Amino acid sequence: MWRGRTRRQFLAGSAGAAALAGAGLFGVSRKRRITGRIVGSDAAVGHRIRDGGLPAPDRQERVPVVIVGGGIAGLAAAHALRSRGVEGFVVLEMAAQPGGNSVSGANAVSAFPWGAHYLPLPGPEAGDVSRLLRELGVILGDDARGLPVFREDFLVQDPVERLFLHGRWQEGLVPNLGLGPEERGSLDAFFHRMAGFKERRGSDGRPAFAIPLDASSTDPELRALDRVPFADWLRLEGFTGESLRWYVDYCCRDDYGMASDRVSAWAGIHYFAARRGEAANAPSHAVLTWPEGNGWLVHRVREPLGDRVRSGLAVFRVQQEGATLSVEAYDVQARRSMAFLAERVVMATPRFIADRLLERNPKARRDTVYAPWLVANLTLESLPEGRGAPVSWDNVWQGSPSLGYIVANHQSLHPVPRSTVLTYYLPLDATDPVTARRVALERSWDSWRDQILDDFRIPHPGLSDQVLTLDVMVWGHGMVSPAPGSLWNPERPESAQPQGRVHFAHSDLSGISIFEEAWTHGIRAGREVADLLNPA
Amino acid sequence: MSDRSTRLLLLASVFVIATCGLIYELIAGTLASYLLGDSVTQFSTIIGVYLFAMGVGSWLSRFVGANEALIFVRVQLLIGVLGGCSAAVLFVLFAHVASFRVLLYGLIGLVGTLVGLEIPLLLRILKDRLEFKDLVAQVFTFDYIGALLASLLFPLVLVPGLGLVRSAFLFGALNVAVGWMTLRVLRLHGPPARMLEGTAAVLLLLLAAGFAAGGRILEWSERSAFEAPVIHARSTPYQRIVLTRHGDDLRLHLNGNLQFSARDEYRYHEALVHPGLARMPEARRVLVLGGGDGLAVREVLRHAHVDSVMLVDLDPEMTRLFSTQALLTDLNAGALTSPRVRIANADAFAWLGTNTQRFDFVVVDFPDPSNFSLGKLFTTTFYERLRTALAPGGAVVVQATSPLVARRAFWCVDATLRRCGFQTEPYHVYVPSFGEWGFILASLEPLPELSALPAGLKFLTVEGARDLFRFPPDMDRVPTEVNRLNNQVLVRYFEEEWGRYAP
Repeated sequence: MWRGRTRRQFLAGSAGAAALAGAGLFGVSRKRRITGRIVGSDAAVGHRIRDGGLPAPDRQERVPVVIVGGGIAGLAAAHALRSRGVEGFVVLEMAAQPGGNSVSGANAVSAFPWGAHYLPLPGPEAGDVSRLLRELGVILGDDARGLPVFREDFLVQDPVERLFLHGRWQEGLVPNLGLGPEERGSLDAFFHRMAGFKERRGSDGRPAFAIPLDASSTDPELRALDRVPFADWLRLEGFTGESLRWYVDYCCRDDYGMASDRVSAWAGIHYFAARRGEAANAPSHAVLTWPEGNGWLVHRVREPLGDRVRSGLAVFRVQQEGATLSVEAYDVQARRSMAFLAERVVMATPRFIADRLLERNPKARRDTVYAPWLVANLTLESLPEGRGAPVSWDNVWQGSPSLGYIVANHQSLHPVPRSTVLTYYLPLDATDPVTARRVALERSWDSWRDQILDDFRIPHPGLSDQVLTLDVMVWGHGMVSPAPGSLWNPERPESAQPQGRVHFAHSDLSGISIFEEAWTHGIRAGREVADLLNPA
Repeated sequence: MSDRSTRLLLLASVFVIATCGLIYELIAGTLASYLLGDSVTQFSTIIGVYLFAMGVGSWLSRFVGANEALIFVRVQLLIGVLGGCSAAVLFVLFAHVASFRVLLYGLIGLVGTLVGLEIPLLLRILKDRLEFKDLVAQVFTFDYIGALLASLLFPLVLVPGLGLVRSAFLFGALNVAVGWMTLRVLRLHGPPARMLEGTAAVLLLLLAAGFAAGGRILEWSERSAFEAPVIHARSTPYQRIVLTRHGDDLRLHLNGNLQFSARDEYRYHEALVHPGLARMPEARRVLVLGGGDGLAVREVLRHAHVDSVMLVDLDPEMTRLFSTQALLTDLNAGALTSPRVRIANADAFAWLGTNTQRFDFVVVDFPDPSNFSLGKLFTTTFYERLRTALAPGGAVVVQATSPLVARRAFWCVDATLRRCGFQTEPYHVYVPSFGEWGFILASLEPLPELSALPAGLKFLTVEGARDLFRFPPDMDRVPTEVNRLNNQVLVRYFEEEWGRYAP
């Protein structure tokens, strides 16, 4: 059934070449204008809050619980309140949409993520996440061995990953093409070592590395790893192969927004050793994904909350007045402010915002490192193929500051490939985060477009002719970075403790920015509040 | 040379050019109905355009001045090269140009205009050598006799003996020869005449080369791609549909892959439908996924107990073609226009997602899993969705590639269906144009034994149908993984096994 293909393709190719030559002769060029814009203006609102001068509240609303922040942690807190029968709450979100780092967009071609785009299979310690997936029908039940059965259209479809290396695409992200025995040995030794960490239990019997992170062992030997930069640890352990270092840096930048020299060894190893999920119908390393990324989870969790989620309301002051907390928020659309009078408040914001609103922890505020990011969504006429491995979900190339792109409609079940949306991730870690953030927020759309299209030229030289739209989003404080010493110190667990009537929920409280941490903290905070409101 | 012999030679040239003129028209008409189908329309429009163009040519002759002899020679040479190459050009370009009709009618219009110039110019050349009444009588006599000769030669000698491409080259050469002879007979001299003589020689060589290579041109244009003349080609948003015909062998190719050959498709489609459906005498509602050619539907409709057939095919052009084209509706016995049949042009995965009907029997006749997009239609997720469309006691049959060439791919489909809770009965059949081909009959409950088949089958018998379920050792079951969206092992098996077979 393969007959005659090559000849036909050759003919089609020659016809194409002739047409091109003709176009060249007659000066026909097909330079299309790519449209697009910088999406989201949260930084501007954020800076107004920081700089003050917002109007005083002109109306009040009384509500038992106010959740400040509509990211994953805030939605989780709301979810926990509802499941415990507490219906009197509001979730205040500064942005136009709830979801935080899991926010997503959509156009005529596909839905697409603006941030987090997948969830690993939850491991044995991530009970709250597993429960959510069961509620949402992502986990359908258990098989005879007690392993969860996942909905297969949500498991990332094959082919999953490809890497552009030496002029062609290879399957998988671990460099493989043209490696010498030494490089290969270094990679094998590293993965063997990580497999050991994955199995290892600390002196207290808890897993060495777990998700959520607080379920990890307290073994001092393991925790000491937090004080060393991951790059130093790799060097000390003799993991020096160039391909290995590239791969490890890629992974660190992917999860933490910074390379191995700026994250702690504990965090670096956590990336490789903490995912211990299992499934009846997928291998352990499988992940869950949707066209809109984790935005799918956001929509499902948000839907039953109805109008209790208030978007476009930026909280700028939280004050205790006797037994009442006054939460003042600026309505970005209406340009006026209002106050919510609550019995309890859940601060589900990044730590630097919570600390500023509560006027506390000035030192921690200065020391916490946030990685700035750029995310772009490109709508294309067709899938960008290329020599070697076929288009995959995750497509990465070496020699780029970016992490490559994912194909947003990879999970589509349509049998004929059509137009597509590519989500492009660029951690802005070339300079220190403060400078990078300032520069990024000042840049024009044109300069982002040129940089992104230049980067795409490495694996896809003709891609810019295919691009219809290109939108970008700049995340000034994209995610908390697990800098050396930031995870296992006495201060971090304290920051999650309630202060009076104020409770805390955010992945920042874990020090790494992943869905599971945010969800677990949100559920915990929601339970704390519900238990106080309904004493058993 | 005497005046009399000059006259005779010129009148002979009327005879030759009349024959040539009609031959080009016939070639174009045949080619058009060959390539585009619907011969009545093609012949009638080709003849109309050609005659009209001849009229234009005749009218244009009034603008030719005193140098009519030289112009006449030029016209002969032009007709020779254009007409001579017409069949080859049309064949070669057919599969590769976007608007074939523009090319076809453009070429016909041009040749017709030039042919229309011939007779008026010749009349003018001969006017001083003959009485007017003799001139008119003789020219038109030769003209019409030439036409008769052409119309007899064409179907009886030229098409069967030489084929369209070589016939065109031959008559092109005759036109050039007439031009060259005219130069000689009229003793035309001077630089333009010498140049024309040289051109004529080059053209003769060219046309002779074309004639000699005619077979190979055909091979290159047709056989390289499809092994037989293309009679219909169309690109839709979903695929490239090409129909070829060689004698009575009509073939359908989708994206260059053979889908059926009319010579043996009955083996494939009888085997696809009846071993399952004939064991379900109560089946009333049948779903056919893929198979927009209506051939599986044709077999389903042989079962009188079936009162409705739902056909879901992605490409509206496929179902339109197979509902309207006479050649094709002859083949599928008008299955797609049967009152028992409804058609939905939709993606099967999405259609199953919104479907609420239940079916007693489902025919799944998708293209082979040759890429990741098609591979999705053979996964656990797809078969789970398919289960929801099955009535209690219902059954499914799945086209599952060749168990001989792609043994693991075939058994992988079987393993995938079993993982979804189906009981399977794999079977296979020999289809000459495909080779050994495999199907999997899958049901949730055991099916009764086969006891009778519908009348009118060319291949299957009750005895023979039972034999299909026996697998010789070289294609017997092998252990495989289950095909899921997140591993797509089937595509990997398929690529490896077919790649080895035909690299």
